[in-house]
Amino acid sequence: MDMSMRKETPLSGGLAGVTLGRPMALTLPVVVLAALAPWLVSAYELNLLARFLAMALLAMGLVLVWGQGGVLSLGQGVFFGLGGYAIAMHMKLAALADGDLPDFMVWSGLDALPWWWVPFKSPLVAILGVVLVPGALAALFSWAVFRRRVGGVYFALITQALALAFATLLISQQPSTGGFNGLTDFQTVMGLELGTPAAAHGLYWLTLALVVGVFVALRALMASRYGLLLRAIRDGENRIRFLGYDPTPFKVVAFTIGAVLAGLAGALFTLHAGVVSPALVGVVPSIEMVIWVAVGGRNSLAGAIAGTLAVNLAKDGVSSAFPDLWLYALGLVFVLVVTLLPGGLAGLVADAGATGWGKRLKTLIIGEAK
Amino acid sequence: MGEWPLIAGQIFNGFSVASLYVLAALGLALSFGLMRVINMAHGEMLMLGGYLAYLTLQVVPGPLGILAAMPVAFLGAAAVGAVLETTLIKRLSARPLDTLLATWGVSLILQQAARNIFGAIGVDVRAPQWLNHAYTVQSGLLEGLTIPATRLFILAVAFAVMGALSLLLARTRIGLLVRAVNQDRGMAAAAGINVRAVDLSVFCLGTGIAGLAGVVLALLGPVTPNVGQSYVVPAFLVVVLGGLGSLKGTAIASLIVGLFSALVQILVDVSLAQVLLLLFVIGFIQFRPQGVVAVRSRALDA
Repeated sequence: MDMSMRKETPLSGGLAGVTLGRPMALTLPVVVLAALAPWLVSAYELNLLARFLAMALLAMGLVLVWGQGGVLSLGQGVFFGLGGYAIAMHMKLAALADGDLPDFMVWSGLDALPWWWVPFKSPLVAILGVVLVPGALAALFSWAVFRRRVGGVYFALITQALALAFATLLISQQPSTGGFNGLTDFQTVMGLELGTPAAAHGLYWLTLALVVGVFVALRALMASRYGLLLRAIRDGENRIRFLGYDPTPFKVVAFTIGAVLAGLAGALFTLHAGVVSPALVGVVPSIEMVIWVAVGGRNSLAGAIAGTLAVNLAKDGVSSAFPDLWLYALGLVFVLVVTLLPGGLAGLVADAGATGWGKRLKTLIIGEAK
Repeated sequence: MGEWPLIAGQIFNGFSVASLYVLAALGLALSFGLMRVINMAHGEMLMLGGYLAYLTLQVVPGPLGILAAMPVAFLGAAAVGAVLETTLIKRLSARPLDTLLATWGVSLILQQAARNIFGAIGVDVRAPQWLNHAYTVQSGLLEGLTIPATRLFILAVAFAVMGALSLLLARTRIGLLVRAVNQDRGMAAAAGINVRAVDLSVFCLGTGIAGLAGVVLALLGPVTPNVGQSYVVPAFLVVVLGGLGSLKGTAIASLIVGLFSALVQILVDVSLAQVLLLLFVIGFIQFRPQGVVAVRSRALDA
């Protein structure tokens, strides 16, 4: 399906980023630097960085789903939103005395808590919900579609319809979801006073630790036999079928992992941003998530993190100063990156390595000497 | 008003929504059958048609303005389609998923351009006098059922387009070439058919029809920069439900989607109807993954 992938041989790693265990010259300093960020940047910048790192979790999931699995999801916002709403519901309830209702429910005339809110009073249910709700929905949804061998463009279109339906549903069920404004105004989470420097630092380090952990875990997964088969399915699903494998479970697992990471990302983002709303989960944000990964490089975990940071920093800079310009820029980035740079920034670095002049740079960044 | 007029009214609504979906989805389905690419900027062709109708009515204000707007919108959208096909889609046709993303970028740019040129609020296209009335059933079982003339007009346009297109495909030489490429691209090319020219003309035809749909859409409500978005997602679902590049499949799938949405809305609100439609589509592919009309199997697409 994708030209750039045909070159890959299972052992070469390269774009697929499957080299495991090689010393990566840049990784350690970058992580140390990132861990010191609370003392290096302002509180506002730290908050931005924390949000972007949360989003990077989702982006790494897309590397597995889209880059490795060849499954384009235009509905990651749904899973991001489910994770975000799960933790937000808990924070709303935790701030209340028993029997009280969140303020927006009172305003819309509700006199009892909707049944599906009730379990989220428990912190354990909320934390499990962040992971399990998106995971279960994704597993069920993707299994229903993939088992009938509907994939590719069809799957992308169906996920987009999912994103649209989810956002519309959130907006229309205003009394129980907070509607267009979403859920906001959180005070504490798990006994942590939000808004204090201690909470900001703690949540930032939690996010960073998760990013590092997920990076390592996904790298190992991509280097495993599972990763190899996933790429093989991407490049020739029918051939893999003829070899006696059923591709469905491989794709379902990848999609589910992607959704779980999106849910985690959504929950952390909600904690950092202090709000979750339909504007973050609909069709347009969902497809923006894909562009983070496209810019960074759909087959590179490090690229996905870099792409997420780069696109969101640019968005933060451009859209506050020139809101109109941002949409033109975003549209143009879509067109240019996809047509001219399918490997993204990571592909550019890898190509530079292949042509010689940037070989050392490549070794430094990708950590691969082949 | 009793229950029957309500149900009959919704069925009629279903047909008129379906006729919009069919106009929006035809171009998508035809090009998808030929090239396996989906143009995410297709919704913006509807938007373009709407704005072209608005502009035409500024120049030709009379009762026939709307009729003058139709060829203008068709040609305008087809021309933009030609530019899009030759500059972007042609280069990406081997990578269907990337085409999706790149054309989405185009759609963002077109929407923002419309916002800058015409404003975010949208412009109104007033239906001419001869369309600006409604028929009401005065007696009998369906007493109180009201049918606006604009909705009848939409149905008429959809039927005319479908008729013309099926004649074109079934009876003309161009149609023969399109069918040949649709059935076996490599063989058609080997037989000397200019496959690229067929791709391009079908793509332009499809965007032109979407432009036409934009004119009819403008009669129903204001033309806004994102008017296309609300119609294009159901149109995508029509493509999923229909068969590959089949006219009949697209028409039937449009009817299914239109009627399903309209009838479900008797019982639930619009947002739940969307969720149910999605569940319905997923349920449908459990039984017929190849779509309503299968020209070719999807199972060995790769």
